[in-house]
Amino acid sequence: MRKLSLTSILSQLLLLIFVIIWIIPTFGLFISSLRDKDLLSISGWWTSLTTTEINEIHRMLGMEYQIQENNYYIIKGSIFEGNTGKKITSFGITSKKINEFSLGEIATFKDNSEVTIDENGNYVWKSKTEFTKKKGKRLFTTSLSPPSFTFDNYKEVLFKEGIGRAFINTLAVALPSTLIPLIICSFFAYALTWMKFFGRDTLLALIIASLVVPLQMSLIPILTIYNDFGALFGVAAKSYPGVWMAHTGFGLASTTFLLRNFLKSLPNEMMEAAKVDGASHYDIFLKIILPLSIPAFASIFILQFLWCWNDLLVGLVFLDQVPSEIILTAKLKELLGSRGENWEILTTGAFVSMTVPLFIFFALQRYFIRGLVSGSVKG
Amino acid sequence: MADIKIDTVNKYYGDVHVIKDVSLDIKSQSFTVLVGPSGCGKSTMLRMIAGLEDIHSGTISIDGQVVNDLPPKQRNIAMVFQSYALYPHMTVFDNMAFGLKLEKRSKDEINDRVQEAARILQIEDYLHRKPKQLSGGQRQRVAIGRAITRKPKVFLFDEPLSNLDAALRVQMRVELAKLHDQLNATMIYVTHDQTEAMTLANDIVVLDEGIVSQKGSPMDLYNDPNNLFVGGFIGSPKMNFISTKITSKSSDKTEVDLMGSSKISIPKTSASASEGDEVQLGIRPEHLTVNAESDGSWESKVFVVEKLGSGTFLYLEKEGEPLVVETEGDSNIKVGDTVKVGFSASRCHLFDSSQQAFK
Repeated sequence: MRKLSLTSILSQLLLLIFVIIWIIPTFGLFISSLRDKDLLSISGWWTSLTTTEINEIHRMLGMEYQIQENNYYIIKGSIFEGNTGKKITSFGITSKKINEFSLGEIATFKDNSEVTIDENGNYVWKSKTEFTKKKGKRLFTTSLSPPSFTFDNYKEVLFKEGIGRAFINTLAVALPSTLIPLIICSFFAYALTWMKFFGRDTLLALIIASLVVPLQMSLIPILTIYNDFGALFGVAAKSYPGVWMAHTGFGLASTTFLLRNFLKSLPNEMMEAAKVDGASHYDIFLKIILPLSIPAFASIFILQFLWCWNDLLVGLVFLDQVPSEIILTAKLKELLGSRGENWEILTTGAFVSMTVPLFIFFALQRYFIRGLVSGSVKG
Repeated sequence: MADIKIDTVNKYYGDVHVIKDVSLDIKSQSFTVLVGPSGCGKSTMLRMIAGLEDIHSGTISIDGQVVNDLPPKQRNIAMVFQSYALYPHMTVFDNMAFGLKLEKRSKDEINDRVQEAARILQIEDYLHRKPKQLSGGQRQRVAIGRAITRKPKVFLFDEPLSNLDAALRVQMRVELAKLHDQLNATMIYVTHDQTEAMTLANDIVVLDEGIVSQKGSPMDLYNDPNNLFVGGFIGSPKMNFISTKITSKSSDKTEVDLMGSSKISIPKTSASASEGDEVQLGIRPEHLTVNAESDGSWESKVFVVEKLGSGTFLYLEKEGEPLVVETEGDSNIKVGDTVKVGFSASRCHLFDSSQQAFK
């Protein structure tokens, strides 16, 4: 049984706080993305399980719907389309007194027409004289809406707003941008760790030095160089190969460095045993290093993939903002400008962009922990 | 089968000269043990034979062929490492078959050879386990098995037993000796443990700071050390050394002072020594006897008594020099007693000021 000391309680508490701080916004985003867009705009996600009071304005039907019955001209209709589950509690006919009448009461307009409404939103508007206006009068209702969850937001965001396409574009950017540096860095790190050649330590120092060069600083020069070279071969200025190469370049130093540190922790004697067994460098790499490095590869994969997936800057610079190339983060940024009022689109879009990192993390997390601490404990 | 000839080999690590003009002849099918304190270059020597370290000058040849520039796999050797160096992701079978698979042997042959090695080492039951499911002794067997399957001309062992506990070490030591008889292969074995060296070797090579101090059979080294270092290194507990002076010298005898009390005439001599020279008198603990009539003797107080059952170690002190005496069986001598220890002149060794032995 572990001793409960003040420090351990404090650290557990701190951990709990961090977890809560991280979980709550994600959870809120997820709930919001599933809520009805009308509810979403008037109440927070934490009220999503309670009934919400909604004030709405509806316009009744116009003259072409009137029927004559017992000397009255009557217009019947429903203010709700379909079955929404909302229950009307009161209503009004002027914007100054929106809940002047309770259910069942008869409200009388200035032209002596009368309206009644039941809790499901069916109204009866009758008048002794013929209705002559094309538009009906306004009806102000206060209703209670039960909790309501829907996938409509996802349908809209994925298929109408172009997030679906952007999602695929981002995959097309992130997967090669992760796999290419991973392949290169695995060979590179092996050579840096287990092969003797002139200038090896200098090379390693250069790689570590290049880690401190900020991406933002080198972005534009690299784009210029890429464009000049691209022009020679007739490659478009902004295209997928460009963004792949950019991500590869920016990621290579850190992935190589991380993997090299892992490889360094593998016992030297094992490589020598393999050498004595007759293994070439290629054999050692494929048959010994690769199988033993899976945790390291997984954790580097996660880091680089998340970096590419969440990247906005490189995607903005190296890709055109057209539907066939725009990436998720850029698309979200664009939506934030054009559809800033539509929370249901933003929350859903944001959550869609989070699904892949969440999936990757949960699928590979056991490797992630092992990869980061590997070498620290003797196996 | 495979003689190994090492000819004036030198090795530097940067500016450090770790192997200095070492020449050795290792006979085919012999069991040669390289022994020495840590940092003496014994592992480096082994790794140079294996091809894991470059040689700066000199030649190493196996079976008449100079192998200086050959990679390990072309030298027809197998090596067993201190940390076993098993491949953790492979089963025992795959570990042992790895080298054979790289040689592109047929499946049947690989299977036969691995099974045979497993039978010799009694690890047939573990073939489908991973190394981490094995105990230290079992892992070491697998490491040895990996060497056996390749049927090399030369086996190289780099302190293979030093990661095992004492009981297992003794057991594996016996098995290694058996294995050598069974396989009839040339084996070179590096250790810092003189007991392993004494028990296993046909030939012991004592290395000291990159130089071969002495090479010979275990009993040669024990009875006739060339110098102070070998005298002190071989034998457990260590040889006792007493600083003294030569009082007189003849063609076949040297007489030394026994700390004022008496003199002893030792049937050994050295051309370079002369009367009055400072020398070290060396005598092994097992050659000192308590209360026995002999050529020379001291009286001294006992400081520590260590009872091992089979014998007893007495730690004495004589004018500032520690002295260890080994007696047989139980002893009723207690701490604080004064005992008389005697020894025979023929068992004494003398070392001059440059640490060379009198012969």
